[in-house]
Amino acid sequence: MENEVIHTEQLTKCFGSFTAVDHISFDVKHGEIFGFLGANGAGKTTAMRMLCGLSHPTSGKGNVAGFDIATQGEEIKKHIGYMSQKFSLYEDLKVWENLRLFGGIYGMTTKDIARKTDEMLEYLGFEAERNTFVSALPLGWKQKLAFSVSILHEPKVVFLDEPTGGVDPVTRRQFWELIYHAADRGITVFVTTHYMDEAEYCDRVSIMVDGRIEALDTPDSLKAKYHAETMNDVFQQLARKAVRQAD
Amino acid sequence: MAAVSVENLCKSYGKVQAVNKLSFAVEEGELYGIIGPDGAGKTTLFRILATLMLPDGGTARVAGYDVVNDYRTIRNLIGYMPGRFSLYQDLTVEENLNFFATVFSTTVDENYSLIEDIYKQIEPFKKRLAGKLSGGMKQKLALSCALIHKPEVLFLDEPTTGVDPVSRKEFWNMLLKLKRQGITIMVSTPYMDEATLCDRIALIQNGEFLEVDTPRHIIDRYPDVLWSVKSDKMHRLLDDLRSYPHVKSSFSFGETFHVTFYGQGSPGELEAYLSDRGHQSVEIRKIAPSVEDCFMLLGRKGKNGK
Repeated sequence: MENEVIHTEQLTKCFGSFTAVDHISFDVKHGEIFGFLGANGAGKTTAMRMLCGLSHPTSGKGNVAGFDIATQGEEIKKHIGYMSQKFSLYEDLKVWENLRLFGGIYGMTTKDIARKTDEMLEYLGFEAERNTFVSALPLGWKQKLAFSVSILHEPKVVFLDEPTGGVDPVTRRQFWELIYHAADRGITVFVTTHYMDEAEYCDRVSIMVDGRIEALDTPDSLKAKYHAETMNDVFQQLARKAVRQAD
Repeated sequence: MAAVSVENLCKSYGKVQAVNKLSFAVEEGELYGIIGPDGAGKTTLFRILATLMLPDGGTARVAGYDVVNDYRTIRNLIGYMPGRFSLYQDLTVEENLNFFATVFSTTVDENYSLIEDIYKQIEPFKKRLAGKLSGGMKQKLALSCALIHKPEVLFLDEPTTGVDPVSRKEFWNMLLKLKRQGITIMVSTPYMDEATLCDRIALIQNGEFLEVDTPRHIIDRYPDVLWSVKSDKMHRLLDDLRSYPHVKSSFSFGETFHVTFYGQGSPGELEAYLSDRGHQSVEIRKIAPSVEDCFMLLGRKGKNGK
């Protein structure tokens, strides 16, 4: 247990007669980059919402950062980071104001926020943008900044929901370097993506089909198992079996 | 006559030059891809061509008509699928389709053959509210609605963004079918792998086309020899590649890194260099570049390569 940051057993979520997440069991280890793949409507978002303490499981168990997802949702929110393509930062606040705001929300002290802000802006090479409104930054910068904000409070695990959608190819790669560095510092990374080359960058990958985890292993083992050249081939083979249509 | 012809087209928002003196032409029946990241100017270009926005300068003609003076004529000749889902969420699938047919003074039956392949897949859900559809189904409905009046030119603004790889493949198969029926298609995407399916592609960044050509020609013009590199320590490999003085560029590409050398560099030397640094099972292979390699090279040459 010590080494597991995420642990689920038969985790299930139903909406009426529809089983969005169907008895999934898996573990994510400390410091791991875990790719959570699946077609649109496979149940990824629902599963992720339960893991973040935002949605109550219908049945089964889950534990994130040492807290029970069914009963300790508030504790979980304090110990995780979250970033998505849709929601990242407040556009009409300056860069430093966003950092101040999110640091405060995560309960960091003013002193810690100031120190981490300096460190992070230097690391990203964004010192000159401290007083820039987020709305004036290029998308790639916003995404890099948003990721850094999501780990400002040094969470045990950070959830990234399609963080690189629409980002240019160079920035997409720089973004993954940030992910590597965070993982090297011991932050566990749980990430969804539709870019199959990014699946190769993960330590392990799970593929959801119709609410169930159909495959879970390292990219190399999955490719060997499915006699596939690339993760895209693996994904196409598995996701084509899907029968359900709704999101 | 070109299906779309654009000359010196400009549009700015305050200081941001969204479309910067663009000139290009799309031939009739062509599948023309606009490839570039968010914020490159793709949507602004589509909105001008779809007569929903006025340019600041330059001219644009669609199906022979001017986008400013003849906007009413153009609207009957084009189909437009905006990036954001813009059908009526509180109408059913069927009602949306009937609505768009009626607006264009036609009926669903009249042009059913054109949409049949696509619509058949969502027909089982025709009584469902459009707002309750999954992402992939919304997109199929939007394409059906954009086609129901049998347009000459189809404008598709990022139809596959946020769509999973399987649905993306299906969607492109549909586009290739429509192309065979003679419809001119202009489509934008941030996915570089889709680019190879187009007749010609324009790589766009900061409101300017970096290059326009067939995917084949763009790849053939890649100036360097490209190598793929992997080892048993992939996380560390990137730093080590960058510290090797003769490496010109190195980018992660799935399970390998794509590397180019300056004149003095060579794969043999690099392999020795990496072995010295503790890498094992080093594999260096010469490979053909992809559109994504070309885009990254051109993007770096562009004004704002960040």
